Amino acid sequence: MKIEAYTVPTDLEEAYQLLQKEDAGIIAGGAWLKLLPKTLVHGIDLSGLKLDTINETEENYTIGSMVTLRQIETHSSLRTYMGGVLQEAISHIMGVPIRNIATIGGTVAGRYGFSDLLTPLLALRANLVFYKKGQITLESYLKEAPKEKDILLQVIIKKEYGKANYTTVKKTANDFPILNVSVMKIGTHFRVAVGARPSVATLATKTMAYLNESKALTEEVIEKAAAIAVEEIKFGSNARGSKAYRTQLCKVLVERGIKEVAYENTN
Amino acid sequence: MKTQIKINGKLRTFEVEPDEYLVDTLRKHHYYSVKKGCDTSSCGVCTVLLDGKPIASCSYLSVKANGHAVTTVEAIEEEATHLAELFGKEGADQCGFCNPGLALTVHAMKKELTDPTDEDIREYLVGNLCRCSGYVSQHRAIKAYMEVRES
Repeated sequence: MKIEAYTVPTDLEEAYQLLQKEDAGIIAGGAWLKLLPKTLVHGIDLSGLKLDTINETEENYTIGSMVTLRQIETHSSLRTYMGGVLQEAISHIMGVPIRNIATIGGTVAGRYGFSDLLTPLLALRANLVFYKKGQITLESYLKEAPKEKDILLQVIIKKEYGKANYTTVKKTANDFPILNVSVMKIGTHFRVAVGARPSVATLATKTMAYLNESKALTEEVIEKAAAIAVEEIKFGSNARGSKAYRTQLCKVLVERGIKEVAYENTN
Repeated sequence: MKTQIKINGKLRTFEVEPDEYLVDTLRKHHYYSVKKGCDTSSCGVCTVLLDGKPIASCSYLSVKANGHAVTTVEAIEEEATHLAELFGKEGADQCGFCNPGLALTVHAMKKELTDPTDEDIREYLVGNLCRCSGYVSQHRAIKAYMEVRES
């Protein structure tokens, strides 16, 4: 990516006004800038806006958009939250030197199909706080990015108690995933998210509805749920894997994920 | 853009392009221990410490380093020499191209992790590739450097 001008605003409104210019864009950690081919006439670095802290209350984790992935995976409480599902997902993202650069805001706003983190965040029903638009769900943001240019300030995770699973399949440890799946059980309710399809992560809503309406969780029910997942989710092919391979992987990973979270709570 | 970076304790001022990466700025100013490898943050040879934390300098814009402290392997010469001796003892080295980045990551790991397991060490170093050693002998050397006791 070519960047023609670079600004580090210290005022949010100033950053927002700059962003409204044509060919202006936000630079978060900058870890994946090389993957973007376009020219940025005005690069706006959010480092000066104090968005790099994690706040915890009894109800929520509020993660500033400039918090690095390494901050999340080493955070005293967040790293073990819900069985450590976020730490597990982040630990698969290349190495520590890149996780000290990449931010949660860049991950979310990039809506990257290859993301390891978006899949469990989706299953955790994370919410996003934008400067002008206010709060929206990650689910709606990933379905369709808002047309208006806005600044992501925070990612909010409501504290829930249950069990979570995250599985990713990669050719090598440092590669992007071929497919990843996160299954959660909160009380009696299941959530299933599938990412790296290779499109951006999505919730398997019909699968979740089927599981949540089932009276008993038998082998047949789990098999049927995985079959519904591969029917409802659209897969594609890229250099890492074919559509047919991803379809088979998804069935297996959803089945395993459901079994792993089905029987007991972790915290 | 005017960018001030404290490199190995010395404040330096550079004129950098907005889309210039830290590895290029450092090499342009003769910090040749910082290697350029994959240029996609996969291999770790470009690792430097930013305020004590390892980062991939090939994926970090130089302007972002303004006002921060960067450490290259020259600043940890004593530790790097000790690690190199252990590499030699274990037969863990051939070309040495990955050594500066690896030494810096190991240095940061030693400060960050308390009583790490084999798995903790492997996980921490997954972003530092070596095409020569096959990692087993390297892992033995790093464990000795970390003073990890055999379980």
